[in-house]
Amino acid sequence: MAPSQDASGTVQPAAIAARGWGWRHAGRAKPAVHGLDLDIAPGERVLLLGPSGAGKSTLLHALAGVLGDINDDGEAGDADESGSLLVDGAPPRARRGRAGLMQQDPETQVVLSRVGDDVAFGAENLAVPRDAIWPRVHEALADVGLAHLPLDHPTSALSGGQKQRLALAGILAMRPGLILLDEPTANLDPDGVLEVRDAVARSLDKTGATLVVVEHRVSVWKDLVDRIVVLQPGSAADPAVLLDGPPDRVLTEARSMLAAAGVWVPGYVPATRARAAVPAPGAGSLLLAAEQLGVSRERPRRKGFRKIPLVPVQEGVSAQVRAGQALAITGANGAGKSTFALTLAGLLEPVSGKVSATLDLSRGAGIDPYKWKAEQLISRVGTVFQEPEHQFVTGKVLDELLFGPRHLGHGEDRVEELLERLRLTQLVDANPYTLSGGEKRRLSVATVLAASPQVLILDEPTFGQDANTWAELASFLSELLDGGTAVVAVTHDAEFTEALGGAELRMAVAEAVAP
Amino acid sequence: MSTAAIKKTTSKSWRVVDIVVAALVAIAGGVIFWAWDQGAAALSAPMNAAYPPLTGLLAGGWMIPGVLGMLIIRKPGAALFCETVAATGELLMGSQYGASVLFSGFIQGLGAEIIFAIFVYRKFNLPVSLLAGAAAGFFCGLNDSFAPWGWNIAYSGADKLAYIVLTTLSGAILAGALSWLATRGLARTGVLSSFASRKAATEPVFS
Amino acid sequence: MRQQLTLSGNHALLARANPLSKFAAVLLITAVLALSIDWVSASVALVFELLLFPLAGLTLSLLWQRGWPLILAAAVGGWSTAILAPDSGRILLDAGIWTMSEGSLQLGIGFLLRGFAIALPAVLLMSCTDPTDLADALAQKARLPHRFVLGTLAAMRLVGLMAEEWQTIGMARRARGVGARGSLGQRVKATLGQSFGLLVQAIRRASRLAVTMEARGFGGGRRTWARVSTFSPLDLWVVAGGVLVAGLALFAAVTAGTWNMVWLGS
Repeated sequence: MAPSQDASGTVQPAAIAARGWGWRHAGRAKPAVHGLDLDIAPGERVLLLGPSGAGKSTLLHALAGVLGDINDDGEAGDADESGSLLVDGAPPRARRGRAGLMQQDPETQVVLSRVGDDVAFGAENLAVPRDAIWPRVHEALADVGLAHLPLDHPTSALSGGQKQRLALAGILAMRPGLILLDEPTANLDPDGVLEVRDAVARSLDKTGATLVVVEHRVSVWKDLVDRIVVLQPGSAADPAVLLDGPPDRVLTEARSMLAAAGVWVPGYVPATRARAAVPAPGAGSLLLAAEQLGVSRERPRRKGFRKIPLVPVQEGVSAQVRAGQALAITGANGAGKSTFALTLAGLLEPVSGKVSATLDLSRGAGIDPYKWKAEQLISRVGTVFQEPEHQFVTGKVLDELLFGPRHLGHGEDRVEELLERLRLTQLVDANPYTLSGGEKRRLSVATVLAASPQVLILDEPTFGQDANTWAELASFLSELLDGGTAVVAVTHDAEFTEALGGAELRMAVAEAVAP
Repeated sequence: MSTAAIKKTTSKSWRVVDIVVAALVAIAGGVIFWAWDQGAAALSAPMNAAYPPLTGLLAGGWMIPGVLGMLIIRKPGAALFCETVAATGELLMGSQYGASVLFSGFIQGLGAEIIFAIFVYRKFNLPVSLLAGAAAGFFCGLNDSFAPWGWNIAYSGADKLAYIVLTTLSGAILAGALSWLATRGLARTGVLSSFASRKAATEPVFS
Repeated sequence: MRQQLTLSGNHALLARANPLSKFAAVLLITAVLALSIDWVSASVALVFELLLFPLAGLTLSLLWQRGWPLILAAAVGGWSTAILAPDSGRILLDAGIWTMSEGSLQLGIGFLLRGFAIALPAVLLMSCTDPTDLADALAQKARLPHRFVLGTLAAMRLVGLMAEEWQTIGMARRARGVGARGSLGQRVKATLGQSFGLLVQAIRRASRLAVTMEARGFGGGRRTWARVSTFSPLDLWVVAGGVLVAGLALFAAVTAGTWNMVWLGS
């Protein structure tokens, strides 16, 4: 059994060997991975690319040793493994702790509520003696750039990028020979993405561990890796590995193939539909106006009998939403962009200032969208949330689309059109929760549009999306804009803002108010 | 020492994912019920003023974590574990019952657990769920009426009986039927694919 | 390492005591109070509990903030007891299905005080106990299986997230046209749907958290502890304090003749 560290305490990088390896998850009919032949030398840095369904996540989970136990239940539907997958010559399950895995959702990468405890967690599980643990914690925090945080700093107060770096520190404290990253920056804003990438680069330079990273956005990792492996859904006819080689060669050879698969090839911005006619600023009828708006997510609380005044995350913001015009809301994390958008949409109550709907929009429902009934709201202002699953209300895709029209009593004819336009026809009977990420995003946009609102508000619509879904969304919004709908989008994505055109409302993080 | 010892597992022993999901379902159940309680205060206050045992009708909500947890995880001890964790959550949120909420939670969980144990942890259909919910409700009624820390300890016999009947009924409907329906719905979303209940959506209702 | 990782913001005396000793003291007091419904034992215990609040790191306003819902709930329980307990003495109120007598009113008042006296120590306990320290104590000292203790602790960290998500899901569903205002039936249906949505997210997050924990080696047979849970002389004082308060409450009630065992009736 090869130790993770040699006698001097330096990390021994791990080697990976896969021979005809395949895995079928319990309860599924088709294998997630089939016929994988791959060799990764110690210290190599590999970027895994491929269309969704190629089994990239499954491979990473297998390497980390966390794929479900094979002897789970004695019924048909057992998980099934074929071929061999070896880390340092032994199955990964026997080498748990040799590899560190980081996943996409920053919130679930954190285990304990204090920074120091969370980093120590992995080392504790590996039965590292107590006096050796805390020095490792300090070292790991310094390596990822979080040494300035006190050890009892609450982990819930960290930003997304900081949480991912904390997860990396927790992994480093285990002194792993293999670092596995499964879309680690998909849920982060641009600053967070660079933070994490730089922390990984520093750690790799220091430890020389083997790296396998899965990510859509190639430009972030291109200069860090020395090899790109492109996977495809394997079967008896096709091997799982499509392409394998140095980054420059693979990217030039397979550029069009990768772009077609939705990978963000460096230097490639997908083509989107241009607007038929770009309206002048101020043109188009005014639909919604925010005046000196102060917003907050918190509910008013009482302390005894007095109301505690809410501290707004952002205040004094004014904006106008006009028909056929796009408005992009940008700014750093924590500036209150989403909160502002939700208040504009009539879903949150303003802390100060007001949101007014003109007669064109309200059509007699009243001037304050917050006071509208839900049925009135959906036919006037449609809001697409960041997490599509939050908006699913039925058990079938078709019912989801018919939900709005049924409540309104009209509009069922639009459903057919939306199904086709957003490529959901073959999914009509599926349960919404079982769809892929891109399909869920398209579905959530379609369901909101089925009620034919005049204003469409989207919260981070392109987060973590591959290039194809991105292009589709941008083109579709361009169509809507030409049709007279007003579009408001909260986004970090500079390219998306450009593709939308229209005005930009930039928000800055408010100055801290002295208590 | 760089690799973790691997424990051998059988299908009746708890994996890490069983533990964490059971705990979070229990806690989420506590959050849901707390939110519901706030909303139902307008309903329960007049109930309490008029004839307190009526509040037994709402008691079933407290038992949902236990039955639901078992229906999802399907391993021995799930009902007991989830109810106790939910009770711990209540304690952390500042329950009006103080530390006694832990005992109450344990006893309620025990009621459901006994039913599932009688069926050797192999049957999770609607009748068993209803029975488990009813048993949890029954134990809840007993706990509230006869345990020293019970809120109804000083009631007269007839009122205690009325309460126990209502909690049993509420347990069967809210904890039993609702949890069973929820499990089927959850299975259909595919979110239970890691658990023994992954096929719950297509299981027969009665056998 | 406890010195390095104190409960952030709370440096009160009781925060340094081992959670198990604090818990034992609370259990003792709860047990004694639970055995009898009378205003003497409850009041004695209450007086001590209220005197102890600075030691738990609470201020008067915080105490009131967390305490007033407990008083309200205890009052509701007291009312129910007063109207439903078997009658003794003069009848004060008669509503057909229930009657309130002098004896049952006294019982009700005792119930109110007792209810508050049982609820308050739990609040004090939670204000000065860090959940991670509690988990350490349970796993290291009480020898509960560490997989269950730490798995539950990790899940508890997500509670705040769940509460936030509840609000977000509510807004998201309103944005789809699900009316959460209106008739009772509508509101119940809306809440049920919202609950289902939250359950799905809870299971998803918990599954991902489990993968994170397993990937860091969790679940194996042997592990070491970075933080040690220790007993100190302070813990002896805490337990002694619990014995003292419980004993005094008992003594006072027995002496005053108001001791009223729950299973023996008044």
